[in-house]
Amino acid sequence: MQLTQRAKQVDRKPMTWVESIYLWNIFKGMMITLSHLFKRKATIKYPEETRTFSKVFRGLQVLNRDEEGRERCTACGLCAVACPAEAITMEAAERLPEEEHLYREEKYAAKYEINMLRCIFCGLCEEACPKDAIYLSQTFAPANYGRKGFIYKKEDLLIPNPLTHPAEYEKARGERTEEKV
Amino acid sequence: MFILVIDWWLIIGKVVLIAAIIGLSFFIAMYTTYFERKVAAWLQDRIGPNRAGPFGIFQPLADGGKLFFKEEIIPLASNKFLFILGPAMAMITALLTSSVIPWGTPLLINGREMPLQVADVNMGILFVFGVVSVGVYGIMIGGWASNNKFSLMAAIRGASQMISYELPMGLALIAVLFMTGSLQMSDIVANQVKNGWHIIYQPLGFLIFFICALAECNRTPFDLPEAENELNFGYHQEYSSMKLGFYLFAEYINMFISSAVMATLYFGGYDIPFVNEATWDLPNWLMSLISFSVLMAKISFFLFLFLWIRWTIPRFRYDQLMNLGWKKLIPLALFNMIITAALMLWLKK
Repeated sequence: MQLTQRAKQVDRKPMTWVESIYLWNIFKGMMITLSHLFKRKATIKYPEETRTFSKVFRGLQVLNRDEEGRERCTACGLCAVACPAEAITMEAAERLPEEEHLYREEKYAAKYEINMLRCIFCGLCEEACPKDAIYLSQTFAPANYGRKGFIYKKEDLLIPNPLTHPAEYEKARGERTEEKV
Repeated sequence: MFILVIDWWLIIGKVVLIAAIIGLSFFIAMYTTYFERKVAAWLQDRIGPNRAGPFGIFQPLADGGKLFFKEEIIPLASNKFLFILGPAMAMITALLTSSVIPWGTPLLINGREMPLQVADVNMGILFVFGVVSVGVYGIMIGGWASNNKFSLMAAIRGASQMISYELPMGLALIAVLFMTGSLQMSDIVANQVKNGWHIIYQPLGFLIFFICALAECNRTPFDLPEAENELNFGYHQEYSSMKLGFYLFAEYINMFISSAVMATLYFGGYDIPFVNEATWDLPNWLMSLISFSVLMAKISFFLFLFLWIRWTIPRFRYDQLMNLGWKKLIPLALFNMIITAALMLWLKK
């Protein structure tokens, strides 16, 4: 039975004289490896060069702000519920009257942590969020020396303020949110 | 009355030369490890080590430093004396061989002729063979003293491989000795400068010699003693720190020296091809430098060939190794020897 057209019949004929002295075949093989010496390299010099990711790449999470620089997250906990790896924890707090320029809604996340060692970058948190407060960016979690370094706090996740740091904001925003907003 | 006049200049000159050659051997071996990784990477469409210094040229220093700082482990059940003797033996024999190779045309210092060769003994090439044969003791002792089944198997493989491949190597060499009529390395080179390189007269002999040199250096496709996937690195499995470093380093020095021996025996040593450099009338030191560079270029080519073969051909199976050695190479080498002898008789040389 043949499943695909790509299957090749194995040649089990005894070696011919030329094959049995190996040399000609070794020479052919060496020419093949030599040709690879001049081919374009498949790898890159990573920290200096980076590959461009596709627009749908799911990388490190970013906590979003609105146009006035206020945090969008209301600590509803839907992302934490949606998370299959249980990587997200948060603590909610009530917004005080003088904090209206900081938080968009009456409730906000006082503490928001994602354990990047648990995170599987599935993007379900992004899908679950009703406030567009979290999305996955086009960067990925860099290496770290300890496990603690992989638990990202709210300060690590929060996008830079678009009013005070517009350039950084644009950079962190990436291409991914453009079609969404 | 002096019974023995000590020629201090001779001694100083030789000591400097020995130091230079040992330093050169280490330097070349270091950078062969670097190019081993680089060439491997290039042949596999990768970039290779490029972090330590520009293009990663300090990589061998980093590797060496790492080996120095590793914990020194001597297994409890091992024979401690032999365990230390093994890598020492491998290293000493690897370095000893370089003493009879002529590295360039003689240098004139203060009117004294100073040959760029540590010892021009009249049984030069036999000395090389003798020392290389002792080299297998490094592997055998190391493998045996480790008190480990894998290491022991690797040692046995190494010994049988060395014995099997030294025979065709010696037989291929005899044809060269027919042509030169001398075992002295300087005579062999001088004969090639006069009559053309031996590779022209002895292509089959060179091929046999080269295959056997691969086997003697334990290089792929003959790296059965250290077969990573079968024997867990074979004879140096139990070794760590600089003792392991010695084994690995000795392998690369052996590669360097066997390249030098091949260049000397078949590719005219320090002779520059296609020109008669004796008519150039260059200053003596420049001539020595050029001839040395030419020899180094030939050696570099052979070293690249070693690496190139390593990253192309898979390892031979043990029975294939024995078949090739005993059933193919030895008859071929004998045939080559007889043909050479017959031709030389016929041409009345």
